[in-house]
Amino acid sequence: MQQYQEIIRNGLWKNNPGLVQLLGLCPLLATSSSLTNALGLGFATILVLAATNGVISLFRQHIPNEIRIPVFVMVIASVVTAIELLMNAYTYALYQSLGIFIPLIVTNCIVIGRAEAFASKNAVLPSVFDGLMMGTGFCAVLATLGAIREILGQGTLFDGADLLFGPWATVLRIELYQADSHFLLAILPPGAFLVLGCLIAAKNAIEAKRQASRQQKTSIQRARVTQVSSN
Amino acid sequence: MLKFVSKNALLLGFAAVACVAVIAGVNQLTAPRISVQAQAQKISMLKEVLPSGHQDDALLENCLSVHAIDAFGVAPTQLYRTLVAGQPVYISETVAPDGYSGNINLLAAIGADGTVLGVRTIAHKETPGLGDKIEVKRHPWILSFAGKQVESVDDKRWAVKKDGGEFDQFTGATITPRAVVGAVKRAALYIKAHPELANQTAGCPAA
Repeated sequence: MQQYQEIIRNGLWKNNPGLVQLLGLCPLLATSSSLTNALGLGFATILVLAATNGVISLFRQHIPNEIRIPVFVMVIASVVTAIELLMNAYTYALYQSLGIFIPLIVTNCIVIGRAEAFASKNAVLPSVFDGLMMGTGFCAVLATLGAIREILGQGTLFDGADLLFGPWATVLRIELYQADSHFLLAILPPGAFLVLGCLIAAKNAIEAKRQASRQQKTSIQRARVTQVSSN
Repeated sequence: MLKFVSKNALLLGFAAVACVAVIAGVNQLTAPRISVQAQAQKISMLKEVLPSGHQDDALLENCLSVHAIDAFGVAPTQLYRTLVAGQPVYISETVAPDGYSGNINLLAAIGADGTVLGVRTIAHKETPGLGDKIEVKRHPWILSFAGKQVESVDDKRWAVKKDGGEFDQFTGATITPRAVVGAVKRAALYIKAHPELANQTAGCPAA
């Protein structure tokens, strides 16, 4: 149980692929121009990470150490291709909006990173769970980034959500403000770097604050101890 | 040593064969469904530029392959022929090569007399927030083509307002609408100048 808690904490916060490991910047920055796109790539990444981690963990005892990297690459490429074909055939509307992102996942270093760091050393269930959590952490960062950039750059949220979730999702679209010229920089690639930088800084600030309060607590206790003894 | 290397090589080869087998299997399984889906998608896209309620079950079969890079920006290009109110109408896949950042792929339904029925943007790389207003889901601008007719090569109305024409430009983006207007105009002029397209036997190389 503790192992699973550790996996959750690592994936979502402590070792977050987007904010700490900084793996997968290519798709992260390319597709986070709107919340809908970000969620699309996020969901696809969760699926791929869980599937590749599972497959690699299943065969981990049969893959010799020397050739593990090429085998991982082949497994990842095959799984991504298979998922792409299946989505194309059975969820065509979803494929229409996610299609261009799915091949991008192959370039996401987090997939091979987790295969190497976790799935090749752990049992199937924790590996799949690690994939899910790492994917969720990545998806959360991606969605935050997408939401901030969409608000700044377009003044909307969930624009085009119907392409991802179906026609009912048009009600999700929120027009926050109407302006003739929006903050264009937020939508262009440099905006992605700037916003991601701010997110990382915010995460570090929260972390530092926590650390400080933890230290303060211990130092206060120590002070009390000396006070008691001196009285 | 040699034994060790050859064992790894064999294993690697085996893994490659297994991966390819999985992909081939999935491909075999999904190929028919994918082609059905792609056809349905194409028909619904073609219907977008036609008047609503238009019925033509053989739309995709009634296809002409045309070599005219000056008119359509690509060669060969596909023209889908149909009848609207008894008059031949051609849906052309045309390209505006002079967008702000590269090609803009368009779909335009044009009558034999040079009247445009509808235009849609299929793919483009224009600046988000400025040039991307040529997408119908972002701005109704592209709908302003419907009903406009090209008279001749020097038809003054077929330009953006900045150049003295009838079409709006966008704040901060003139090049993009100028490119789209130009591409639709060239396609319409070609169709107007080639009435023999109506009698040509249909046939496109399998796409």
